[in-house]
Amino acid sequence: MKKRAALPYIVWMLVFTIVPMIMVVYFAFTTKEGAFTLENLIQVKEYAGTFWESIELGAVSTLICLLFGYPMAAIMARSKAHVQRTLVLLCMMPMWMNFLLRTYAWMTILENNGLFNSFLQLIGLPKLQMINTSGAIVLGMVYNFLPFMIIPIYTVMVKLDTRLVEAAQDLGCNWLGVFRRVILPLSVPGIISGITMVFVPAASTFIISKLLGGGTMLIGDIIELQITGGANNLNLGAAMSLVLMIIVLITMMVMNVFGDRESEVALV
Amino acid sequence: MENEELISLKNIVVEFDGERIIDNLNLTIKDREFVTLLGPSGCGKTTTLRIIAGFVEPQAGDVLFECKKINGVPPYKRPVNTIFQRYALFPHLNVYDNIAFGLRVHKVPNTEIRQRVSEMLSLVNLQGFEKRNVSKLSGGQQQRVAIARAVINRPKVLLLDEPLAALDLKLRQSMQLELKNIQKSLGITFVYVTHDQEEALSMSDTIVVMNNGKIQQIGSPIDIYNEPQNAFVADFIGESNIIDGVMLSDYHVRFAGMDFDCVDKGFAPEEPVDVVIRPEDIKIVEPEKGQLVFTVESCIFKGVHYEMIMDCDGIKWMVHSTKFEQVGDRVGMLIYPDDIHIMKKSDVPVYTDGGEGDRR
Ligand SMILES: Nc1ncnc2c1ncn2[C@@H]1O[C@H](COP(=O)(O)OP(=O)(O)O)[C@@H](O)[C@H]1O
Ligand SMILES: [Mg+2]
Repeated sequence: MKKRAALPYIVWMLVFTIVPMIMVVYFAFTTKEGAFTLENLIQVKEYAGTFWESIELGAVSTLICLLFGYPMAAIMARSKAHVQRTLVLLCMMPMWMNFLLRTYAWMTILENNGLFNSFLQLIGLPKLQMINTSGAIVLGMVYNFLPFMIIPIYTVMVKLDTRLVEAAQDLGCNWLGVFRRVILPLSVPGIISGITMVFVPAASTFIISKLLGGGTMLIGDIIELQITGGANNLNLGAAMSLVLMIIVLITMMVMNVFGDRESEVALV
Repeated sequence: MENEELISLKNIVVEFDGERIIDNLNLTIKDREFVTLLGPSGCGKTTTLRIIAGFVEPQAGDVLFECKKINGVPPYKRPVNTIFQRYALFPHLNVYDNIAFGLRVHKVPNTEIRQRVSEMLSLVNLQGFEKRNVSKLSGGQQQRVAIARAVINRPKVLLLDEPLAALDLKLRQSMQLELKNIQKSLGITFVYVTHDQEEALSMSDTIVVMNNGKIQQIGSPIDIYNEPQNAFVADFIGESNIIDGVMLSDYHVRFAGMDFDCVDKGFAPEEPVDVVIRPEDIKIVEPEKGQLVFTVESCIFKGVHYEMIMDCDGIKWMVHSTKFEQVGDRVGMLIYPDDIHIMKKSDVPVYTDGGEGDRR
């Protein structure tokens, strides 16, 4: 019974996850003619700077999402039931609109003659260069991925038993102690999945940097260029994807180990 | 130092959403006393405990600790610890870290923590469980961790909210003994909440019977059982027959169509009263020798005694006897004056624990 019900998911996984992975690996290790080679992977080295920049911007965005998202999730989880529903809805609402449209909207806001600068002029302040900066890229990422940080943390916090908070107070904790010794360690699983859900798409994004970062090429953009654009080097694109996946995987593994230890050590 | 006043609740009122949950409650708890708050579910026992712990601020009234007012003092500054209903152990910590929690908060040196935790583990019989995950423990073991986690802080007062309610009967009885021993050997004041009258009777120095946010009676277990002050207490503590009666004069009462001698006085002539008679205080005799004549309606063996429902002109009585009676037989009843408890008619709704709905 159970096995048969799982079949559609197994097929789905096979077609949309396993097969593409195999194809990525295949193309990464072959030449255009299909012969085995390590050339592609060696060539990836030339893009080390871009890799680094992508990871850096992804990490900065993730950190900002965490700094905003955590208190937001905590406030949501402590609100009354109907306020909670409204806040979750507000948090999800931007996602009802297409990702591309939202990012274009930011373009018109941040442009040199855009909404924000017009406003600055109106109140007699000098214009700011916002579009085509890495700040704009980070803003775009934070805006687009913040809900992915809030929701998992909120989900964990809402399940947190208030009696544990009272137990900690009873044993002598003030609010800071309650946070440090109980709330924070118990919300680590939410933080980990929030970080994963923000960092992974942020580090590999390619539209945000293109639209808000002007000419800035992040690793996502370069991969796109190899596959669809002018460069037209599927094999190099596959090799880059493979390296990116491995980097993300390692980062996540480090995160998880750190997270496990954190929840144990946070109290001592 | 014994018998010193430790906690006083004075004229406490608590309202939630405009509803009065605690109604002018006055209670004094002495040092090293085992006090039990006893009452049906929803009567305000947990709320009273939370007032002492500092989780509920009363709308009116004073909370005194060693004669000092502690209204508004946050829970973490109060020298009391709580054992919560269903324990509330920290799921992210193992047994050792749960027990050590309070000491770590108070920055006790690690060597002392190690020594005190191991003392606690032997007190609650959990040696060797230090590294266990608390969620993998049985109910009884979790209970012991909760006790150790609270007691290790050497509180002046331990508040216990139905700590044994989730355990099975056997375990509950042995834990009752253990808790009582811990209380005696550590010399801590216990404020214990339960809805189980047997538990209250067997453990407490003092029982506080509550109903609808009001204290019904405060007294020793023996007083509460033998001298219930109103029909609610009589009915809630043990089994009781509560019969409508009329006081004829001092020491004379009429109920079930008969005049009886009794030991109570001070009622107005012809004053309607509640007459409370315990099922075990009714003696079964030959029909012609009895004060009343009953018909046996049912007779169920309860281990030590037979529990019988008897009919007397439409009023149902519960009678306990070690002798079996045939259903349908007519028997005589004797009730001694000592065993007739007269109570003022109260407007307190009587709590019935189901079953013999016709007794009143
Ligand atoms: N925080 C609260 N908000 C509203 N009503 C409450 C709250 N806490 C308790 N009550 C109500 O107060 C009454 C007494 O509750 P409680 O003290 O928990 O009773 P007990 O412990 O004797 O079962 C109940 O009717 C309960 O619904
Ligand atoms: Mg309760």
